Amino acid sequence: MKPAVLTGEYFMTGDVACAEGALAAGCRFFGGYPITPATEIAERMAIRLSHVDGCFIQMEDEIGAMAAVLGASWGGVKSMTATSGPGFSLMMENIGLGICTETPCVVVNVQRGGPSTGLPTHGAQSDMMQARWGSHGHYEIIAMAPSSPQEIFYLTITAFNLSEKYRLPVLIMTDEIIGHMSEKVIIPEAKLIKTVSRPRPKGRKDRFKPFAPGPNGVAPMPAAGEGYNLHITGLTHDEKGYPVMAVETQTEMVSRITEKIRRNLDDIIRTDSYLLDDAEIAVVSYGISARTSMAAVAEARKLGIKAGLLRLVTIWPFPEDQIRKLADRVKGFVTVEINLGQIHREVERCAGGKVPIFLVGHPGGTIIHPDSVVKLLKEAF
Amino acid sequence: MQENSTPSKKQPGHPLDDLIRTDRIPHIWCPGCGIGTVFSACLAALKGSGINLRKTVMVSGIGCSGRAAGYVKLDSFHTTHGRAIPFATGLKLANPELNIAVFSGDGDLFAIGGNHFIHAARRNMDMTVICVNNLNYGMTGGQVAATTPYLAKSTTTPMGNPETPFNLPLMAYACGATYVARWTMLHTRDLTECITEAICKKGFSFIEALSPCPVNYGRRNKQKPLDMLKLYQEKTIIKNDADPSTLDIDFEKGIILGKFVDLDRPTFTEQYDKIYRPSRLQENVPELNS
Repeated sequence: MKPAVLTGEYFMTGDVACAEGALAAGCRFFGGYPITPATEIAERMAIRLSHVDGCFIQMEDEIGAMAAVLGASWGGVKSMTATSGPGFSLMMENIGLGICTETPCVVVNVQRGGPSTGLPTHGAQSDMMQARWGSHGHYEIIAMAPSSPQEIFYLTITAFNLSEKYRLPVLIMTDEIIGHMSEKVIIPEAKLIKTVSRPRPKGRKDRFKPFAPGPNGVAPMPAAGEGYNLHITGLTHDEKGYPVMAVETQTEMVSRITEKIRRNLDDIIRTDSYLLDDAEIAVVSYGISARTSMAAVAEARKLGIKAGLLRLVTIWPFPEDQIRKLADRVKGFVTVEINLGQIHREVERCAGGKVPIFLVGHPGGTIIHPDSVVKLLKEAF
Repeated sequence: MQENSTPSKKQPGHPLDDLIRTDRIPHIWCPGCGIGTVFSACLAALKGSGINLRKTVMVSGIGCSGRAAGYVKLDSFHTTHGRAIPFATGLKLANPELNIAVFSGDGDLFAIGGNHFIHAARRNMDMTVICVNNLNYGMTGGQVAATTPYLAKSTTTPMGNPETPFNLPLMAYACGATYVARWTMLHTRDLTECITEAICKKGFSFIEALSPCPVNYGRRNKQKPLDMLKLYQEKTIIKNDADPSTLDIDFEKGIILGKFVDLDRPTFTEQYDKIYRPSRLQENVPELNS
């Protein structure tokens, strides 16, 4: 029997580090379904949850897995699942239920090449827009992209903390390369790990309204079985949780679930940079591609090209302000991602036509070589 | 009931009012619909069973029957179409103290949600599933379902249903349910008794409640509102322990009602604790004795 926080220094894959991050964050339920290249997260959780009095279940499909994750969250337990493209598509239905019912949980997508079954064993970053808009309706989502096994450990903790604080499913958009890559991972002492739990209700239970927002726009959340007689529905509902088929209620509810994110962007958005302060060209990238971009920026500097890297850690909500500010001072942008221009379009939107924008991307299956980024930097600027 | 959204002070309360969100009445169910009767049998069973209602949760999917979760004054979850059972699975695993009643319709539980039903029964997940079977998709206006009789008319089988319907008790039994019964909403007392028994029983329990849908099913199949009730009275045979393979719904031959399966095998949680969390099992021993 091992503790929840496996303090020590390890050589670990991203998938295993993700599972360890989840346990350190307090996750005690995993509902999953096998899929390459995310299976190792489920396998790790299957044994590790037994060490910490948690529960693992392999469901009959990803639809059931996502439903069980939401059910477990309303049972009062921090819960998660992990999947890849095809499973992510199946989860979209209940991710929407999670958004509508403001249910904290974490969904990991270890991205592989698509569309459809695609390239199961090869990485890609081509589900980024699905992460944003994959479930129907208008909503806000939080998605984060780690660049190493060490970072996935920490970001999984951050993802749980944000999901608990803002009451919504938080997505970790990693990829096959990070998931299967082994690197040094340092797991700190348990006391150094900050964990956040959902806001809890106070006062009279019979007067409690499960969707009446608190000061930061987020409502306190009880669990089933605590005597609140909750009614939770995926229909448009009022603050009591009761369905109301009216334009006013729709406006109020959708405003609440979007505003709680829009009002707290500074708390949610995380970015990182490398040689960006004096850069004339901003390379924008995330996940594994941010690492190859970093090598490219270092190489470009040697060649006298003043490039710098803006690494997006939070992808959604999109770091619009950061891009807008850069657009006022750089000569151009280069987006680097393993798809044919998903985040690229967001960069383009936020740059507002002020400077030229280039994409280094390909449809998936391998990393983007730093040389192709350097080549573009040499040719375009 | 439909005209009075708030009962007048002179009117005595209904004995099940404490389990109803009266502020949500009137309900959406049509005149002649049987869901209300099954719902009330379910509430009477929950109340009569003596279980801790504070620790009792109703989970529904989508459809007319799925609206039940919105009327019951318990912790209640109205989930996505077909997903009540896996949602309930997560609730139960997160907090094994919860009593779980899944209340939903035939379309929800056996077409879009069929896979989840099969696996929850196989795992012997500790919950009671009550299926209101009205032989069609009522909420969307009367389309063919996985339970619609052969040749019956619906908006999507305008010349008659070419498909064979499910025998639901047989399916439940074959998948591993430890308690299986079928009644009609006309057999209210038997239905209530069976739901009570199922709620008190550990493991995966399944109750099929036949219920009329005069507006969408009856209208297209030359059945006036009372005709279906007459069939329930005249064309049913009560036969407890009947062989599940003989339970096809055939109004010509007669429909067999009763309790068909009542057996014991370990639940998912019991097996999981035994293999993965033996410490939890030991901790539970004193509680079981007290």
